[in-house]
Amino acid sequence: MESNTTATAAQSSPEVRQGPRRRRKFSIADFVIHFVLILLTICTILPFYNVVLMSFSNTAAISKQLVYLVPTTFDLSAYSYILHEPRFLKALLVTLFVTVVGTSINMLVTVTGAFVMSKTGFPGRKIVMSGIIFTMFFNGGLIPFYLTMKNLHLINNLLVMVLPVAVNTFYLIICIAFFRTLPAALEESAKIDGANELQVLVKIIVPISMPMIATITLFYAVDRWNEWWYGVLFMTNVNLLPMQALLRELLTNYAQVLSSITTSVQLQNSDLQPEMLKMAVLVVSALPIVCLYPFLQKYFAKGVMIGSVKG
Amino acid sequence: MGKSIGKELYKFRYLYLLLLPTLLYYALFQYLPMYGVLLAFKDFHIREGILGSPWIGLSNFKELVGQSDFWKAFWNTVYISCGRIIFEFPVAIILALMINEVAREKLKKFYQTVYTFPHFISWVIISGIMFNFLGSAGVLNELLALLGFEKVTFLTDPSLFRPIVFISSIWKEVGWSAIIYLAAIAGINPELYEAAYVDGAGRFQQLLSVTWPSIRGTAGILLILAVGNAMNGGFDQIFNLYNPGVYSTGDIIDTYVYRSAFDSGLGFGVTTAIGLFKAVLNFALLYSANFIVKRLGGEGLV
Repeated sequence: MESNTTATAAQSSPEVRQGPRRRRKFSIADFVIHFVLILLTICTILPFYNVVLMSFSNTAAISKQLVYLVPTTFDLSAYSYILHEPRFLKALLVTLFVTVVGTSINMLVTVTGAFVMSKTGFPGRKIVMSGIIFTMFFNGGLIPFYLTMKNLHLINNLLVMVLPVAVNTFYLIICIAFFRTLPAALEESAKIDGANELQVLVKIIVPISMPMIATITLFYAVDRWNEWWYGVLFMTNVNLLPMQALLRELLTNYAQVLSSITTSVQLQNSDLQPEMLKMAVLVVSALPIVCLYPFLQKYFAKGVMIGSVKG
Repeated sequence: MGKSIGKELYKFRYLYLLLLPTLLYYALFQYLPMYGVLLAFKDFHIREGILGSPWIGLSNFKELVGQSDFWKAFWNTVYISCGRIIFEFPVAIILALMINEVAREKLKKFYQTVYTFPHFISWVIISGIMFNFLGSAGVLNELLALLGFEKVTFLTDPSLFRPIVFISSIWKEVGWSAIIYLAAIAGINPELYEAAYVDGAGRFQQLLSVTWPSIRGTAGILLILAVGNAMNGGFDQIFNLYNPGVYSTGDIIDTYVYRSAFDSGLGFGVTTAIGLFKAVLNFALLYSANFIVKRLGGEGLV
C-alpha cells in the first residue's frame, strides 16, 4: 500500500515541487553539492574501469605499470585462458544452473506463497505470518544450519544453493503487499464463473502483476548469480563450486588454485599475469549484472522495492 | 465443531495447496535448524547426532567465556557495528538530501543510477576490486608514490582495517540506502514547500522544516533494524576482506564462529552456543531499540 503512494508520488511530484525553486540562481550550495556528487561518481566508476583495463592488459603493460587510467593494450589472452580452462567452465555452468533453477524455484514458491498470504479469512493465516516474520529476526545460527543441511544430504549437492534460499522473506512481504493492492472485484468475477484459487492465480493475478513479478525475478536472479557462501560452506568437491566461490579462492589463494589445475593449458609459457587472470574472472562474474542493471534500475527507481518495509 | 473446521479447511483447500511449498521451505530451512540450537547445551558427538548427544548444561557457555579470542571478536563486532551506525547510517541520509537538491530530473536519475550499481555486485567481486585498487601495486599506492609519499599496506594494517570496512561499505551501499529516503522525500506534498517558501523559508530552512521531518520516521525504522543487526557486523564483507594480519581489529563473531567450527576445532557445541548468544543479544537489541524509538515519539517497528 505504501509502495503505491511512493511510486505515484515519485512520478508526479518533482515537476510541481521544483516550480518555485527553479528560478533560483546556481548558488554556492549548488556548486558544493555538484562537486561532491561528481567526485562520488568518479570514485564509483574508477575502480570498475581500472579492473576492466587490467583484464585486457598484458604482461608487458603491467610490468611497466601503464594500465591505470589509459587503455594501452587490448589483449584477450586472459579471457581466452578462462574459456579454455575446464575448471572455470564448470564453475560457470554451476552458476548458470543455480541462477536458472534457483530463480525459477524462487518465483514459484514466492508467488504462490504471497498470493495465499495476501488473502484473509482462512484458518491459520495469522500464525503462519507470525512464523514467517519471526525468521527475519531469529535463526539457529551457522552450526545448526550446517548440520541440518548435512542431515538433508545437501552437502556436495547443487541443490544446497537453491533450496535453502527458496524464499527471501523480504521479497515475499513485498509480493504480499503488492497483491493486496489489486482490486478484489477482478477475482470475485472469476470466482462467480466457477474458477478456483489456482486458476485465479494463473489466469488473472499473474498476468496483471507482471511488472512486479519481473522486478522480483531480477532481484532473485542477481542474488543467485552472486552465490558464493554456500559454495564455500557446503562444497568440498571443487568441481561444484560456483563462479564467485572460485573467484574468491583465486583472490585469496592464487598459487594453490593454479597448481590444482592440471590441464593442457601451459600457464608458464603463456603471457599471463595473475592480476590479469583475476581481473578477467572478476569481469566475467560481474558482466551479467551489468547487463541486467538497466532493467533492475528501471523498476526499483519507481520505489516498488522500497515502500513496504513495514509490511 | 470439528465438522465445521473440516468444512472450513476443505473450502480453502486450494489455498493450502498453494501455501504448501512456502510452509515446507520455512519448516525445513528455517525452523528445523532452530532445533539444532539444543546443541548449545550438549556435548556434540557426530555419531549420536543432535538429539542423541548428552546434555551438559551450561558447560559450552563456560568454555566460551574463557576464550580470549571470542571476547576479542565480540568487542570487534560491537565497535564495527557502532562505527557503521555512526558513519554509514547518516551518510545515506546526507546523500539523499544532496541528490534531492539537484534541480534537473535527468541528472538526479543519472547520479542515482551510478551510486546504486555497486549494491548489486557481491562482496567477493568488490573485494577483488579492492585488492586491485589498494594493493601494493594498486592505483592508490602508485598515486601515492607519484606524489612522493610512501606506499601504504592498506589491507594488512590492523589500524586501517576498520576505516577501510566503513569506507568500502559506504562506497558499495550508500546509493541503495539513499533510495529509501528519496522515495520518502518524493512522497512529500509539494504544497508544504510552497507554504514554507511563501513564509520566507530559505532552502536550508525548507530542508530542516519540511524534508527532514518527512524522512525521520523512515530513519527511525532503519535505525531500529541496524541496532537489531548489531551483533552480525557484516559477515559477507569482512569474510572477503580480512586476513590473519587484521584479526586483532577485524575478526567479528560470525567469522570467529566459522573459523572455530571448521578450522581450529573449537567444537560444534561451543560454536552453537556462540550463535545462540549472538541471536538472543540481537533480539534483545532490536526490542530495546524499538522501545526507545517509540518512547522518543517515533513510529517504531510494531
